[in-house]
Amino acid sequence: MSAKLERLGETLRTALGDMLRSVVTDRGEVSIEVLAADYLQAAQILRDHADLQFEQLIDVSGLDYSTYGNAPREGGRFAVATHLLSIKYNWRLRLRAFAEDDAFPVLDSLVGVWPSANWFEREAFDLYGIMFSGHPDLRRILTDYGFVGHPFRKDFPVSGHVEMRYDPEAGRVVYQPVTIAPRENTPRIVREEHYGDVGHG
Amino acid sequence: MAEIRNYTINFGPQHPSAHGVLRLVLELDGEVVERADPHIGLLHRGTEKLAETRTWVQSVPYMDRLDYVSMMCNEHAYCMAIERLLGVQVPERAQYIRVMFDEITRILNHLLNIGTHALDIGAMTMVLYTFREREDLMDAYEAVSGARMHAAYYRPGGVYRDLPERMPQYEVNRFKNEKTVRELNEARQGSLLDFLEDFTERFPRYCDEYETLLTDNRIWKQRTVGIGVVTPEQALAWGFSGPMLRGSGIAWDLRKKQPYEVYDKVDFDIPVGKNGDCYDRYLCRMEEMRQSNRIIRQCIDWLRSNPGPVITDNHKVAPPPREKMKANMEELIHHFKLFTEGMHVPAGEVYAAVEHPKGEFGVYAVSDGANKPYRLKLRAPGFAHLAAMDELARGHMIADVVAIIGTMDVVFGEIDR
Repeated sequence: MSAKLERLGETLRTALGDMLRSVVTDRGEVSIEVLAADYLQAAQILRDHADLQFEQLIDVSGLDYSTYGNAPREGGRFAVATHLLSIKYNWRLRLRAFAEDDAFPVLDSLVGVWPSANWFEREAFDLYGIMFSGHPDLRRILTDYGFVGHPFRKDFPVSGHVEMRYDPEAGRVVYQPVTIAPRENTPRIVREEHYGDVGHG
Repeated sequence: MAEIRNYTINFGPQHPSAHGVLRLVLELDGEVVERADPHIGLLHRGTEKLAETRTWVQSVPYMDRLDYVSMMCNEHAYCMAIERLLGVQVPERAQYIRVMFDEITRILNHLLNIGTHALDIGAMTMVLYTFREREDLMDAYEAVSGARMHAAYYRPGGVYRDLPERMPQYEVNRFKNEKTVRELNEARQGSLLDFLEDFTERFPRYCDEYETLLTDNRIWKQRTVGIGVVTPEQALAWGFSGPMLRGSGIAWDLRKKQPYEVYDKVDFDIPVGKNGDCYDRYLCRMEEMRQSNRIIRQCIDWLRSNPGPVITDNHKVAPPPREKMKANMEELIHHFKLFTEGMHVPAGEVYAAVEHPKGEFGVYAVSDGANKPYRLKLRAPGFAHLAAMDELARGHMIADVVAIIGTMDVVFGEIDR
């Protein structure tokens, strides 16, 4: 398995050249990172290169790195992780690109390369507010009609900002600020390495 | 001269053939679909966001509620993702149990799909037959986990407990008299494995029954042959997987190509379609059920002769057995830490995919070393399938839209998440 992954890594290095920011092989998976400017071109090469042939785009996932590791972080906040699959060579790849501007994250759309990116990018836009330039139909997909905000961002509370109820006087459904207080049953903790191991204190 | 204009109609979200809460905006030219615009998200519960606020183990029951007709396969992908992040080895017996229940789940899913698909396009009887067998399989779910559907049986590191030695029995009540109960309990006298073995004996005959009802049925063929044709190129471009991909003639199955658990040790075949239409996909699913039956049979034989642990003995991941916990201080501490703080998963990211009955179900998990996931992305096969609805339905009659929805096997728990 690892020989195959090494071959994939080598092929990626020759095919993408300077575009590659990093190649990481971890837990049997290969992830590469490219700059936002090279994202579309890299995707095109990954699909069309005779030794790579990633015919299928399996998944596009938005990511918000703002609270990663409970610590301040260098680098961009929003990223997109794209999972590709080559049926011919039977290997997978994760392609990641960070959006440059945190306040208005924009990335190129991959709909022209893989049509299946269409809904996945709509989802990333809906949930994270990442714009995809060149997307033919960038509408919200999962949230309600008229929803405000991007719910999967780390600064969006789990309980949301508004709640909905039926108002008997108005005779219709109304929105109002949420009345439930957010609570956390189990705090989120990042332990130091080897925490609790015998012999490590 | 009368003005000719297109009709726009709303299909769903409360339509029995929409298989849940699908709102489909159809632009029609007479009876021909010009454009189909699926509106999804009516069942969006934010599972991925919720998982970020729960410890890793607490999210297992959420996975059942994604695709609520193939519960254990969802759990499987999630547990596999955690195990890969942790680098934990699952005991072999647990792997066989998982494979067996994955295949039980596959039969459950395909039975529901074929039954309701037939119901949608006019064959009332089918659903009554398929639900009869679903009942038996859900009893197997119940025997092993206590729940007929939302089992939460797979855990990171293995499965919750070993297979039970006896099956729950039916009791006489207002609805079931003594004779019925005796008949129902006949197969339930032994252990769960005896019950399942009896089922695998019976099931090929049931499959033949379904085939006599549908396979050569003239109306069924008129409604499915040549409908919703997907070429192999289209299937790849749209990110199809599972029977939707195999129906178009691409022999791709993760169980064979990227085997996980013990799928490389069991013997089975992958059916592949030719024409890529609804009928071929139906035939694929039918054959997959027979193959699943074969796999279950092999698992039963292996499980009979190989007792052993079913969950890892790493108590940082899985709780210690109850008796030990009551007797030993260290086990008690493990138990307490595991259920208050939860396990800490090393930083990193994995994408774990299983061959779900509907296609490739993937879990992309990002951990920053905390006791909760940093990001959990669920890749639902139905999401990619439904995204191609517009192109699949275009040019078809409005009644064929129902056939296409049925063949995609959409379940909104997983699509809306």
